[in-house]
Amino acid sequence: MATVEVTFTPLPAHVRTARLVATAVARRSGVAETLLDEVRLAVGEACSRAVEAHRRYCPAEPVRIELTDLGGRFEVVVTDAAPPEAGPDASGFAPAMDTAAVSATNGGPAPFHPVPAETRDGAFPAAFGLAVISGLADDVQVSSTESGLSVRMSWPASPTAG
Amino acid sequence: MELKLGHHTQDGIEVVDVEGEIDVYTAPRLRELLIDLVNKNNYNLVVNMERVEFLDSTGLGVLVGGLKRVRAYDGSLDLVCTQERILKIFRITGLTKVFGIHDTVDEAIAARKAEK
Repeated sequence: MATVEVTFTPLPAHVRTARLVATAVARRSGVAETLLDEVRLAVGEACSRAVEAHRRYCPAEPVRIELTDLGGRFEVVVTDAAPPEAGPDASGFAPAMDTAAVSATNGGPAPFHPVPAETRDGAFPAAFGLAVISGLADDVQVSSTESGLSVRMSWPASPTAG
Repeated sequence: MELKLGHHTQDGIEVVDVEGEIDVYTAPRLRELLIDLVNKNNYNLVVNMERVEFLDSTGLGVLVGGLKRVRAYDGSLDLVCTQERILKIFRITGLTKVFGIHDTVDEAIAARKAEK
């Protein structure tokens, strides 16, 4: 069971709230202060991607975030409810880009090539957000589930904190 | 804090002052301002991000969009930023090679004038 679960209407205004909650729970779970900015940005990117997918395909469905203190690690799972058949433009996740492509390990940020060109007016594709996450989170897994796309991220935490 | 935007002219260059958080919710306002400035024939821009507290990929997209617009008129869009937490996202995405990033507005303007 997650330490904290949040569901929110897929509106851009609520992404900030999600970031604030995630940062607060991360701090409470013992994530180092130096990593909190990364948590905040990564969670924001994952939620922004999910909101975009929901607004296009299922605006009545909420976005779900699970924040879990695993005792030594802090884990965040952002799950959307966009249909898998919606394709990369909907969820921002190209099926051909498997989990390994956006995974980072404890060895440091995953390699990422610059994407200097925007593909839509004033916006990068949502997959760009996933690439940013891979450079921020200590560990990232992206997977398709029956309910939608799941972005699982985690960071080291002090088990004695909190 | 949400987003506060302002702009003024300094040495013939339009300086955009941004304060607060640039994310999926607020970035459209920055995009509108940049488009408006370009539409009013301001093709050399400096975006002062010293008081930006948060920037995500949506905000990066807006900045790249602004750069694309001013370059269409042989213009420029430089950034002022010394905050490590903001600079980090530019480094992760490789955009440090795309934007001129300076420590102060005066430095950004001087660098732009030197290139003219």
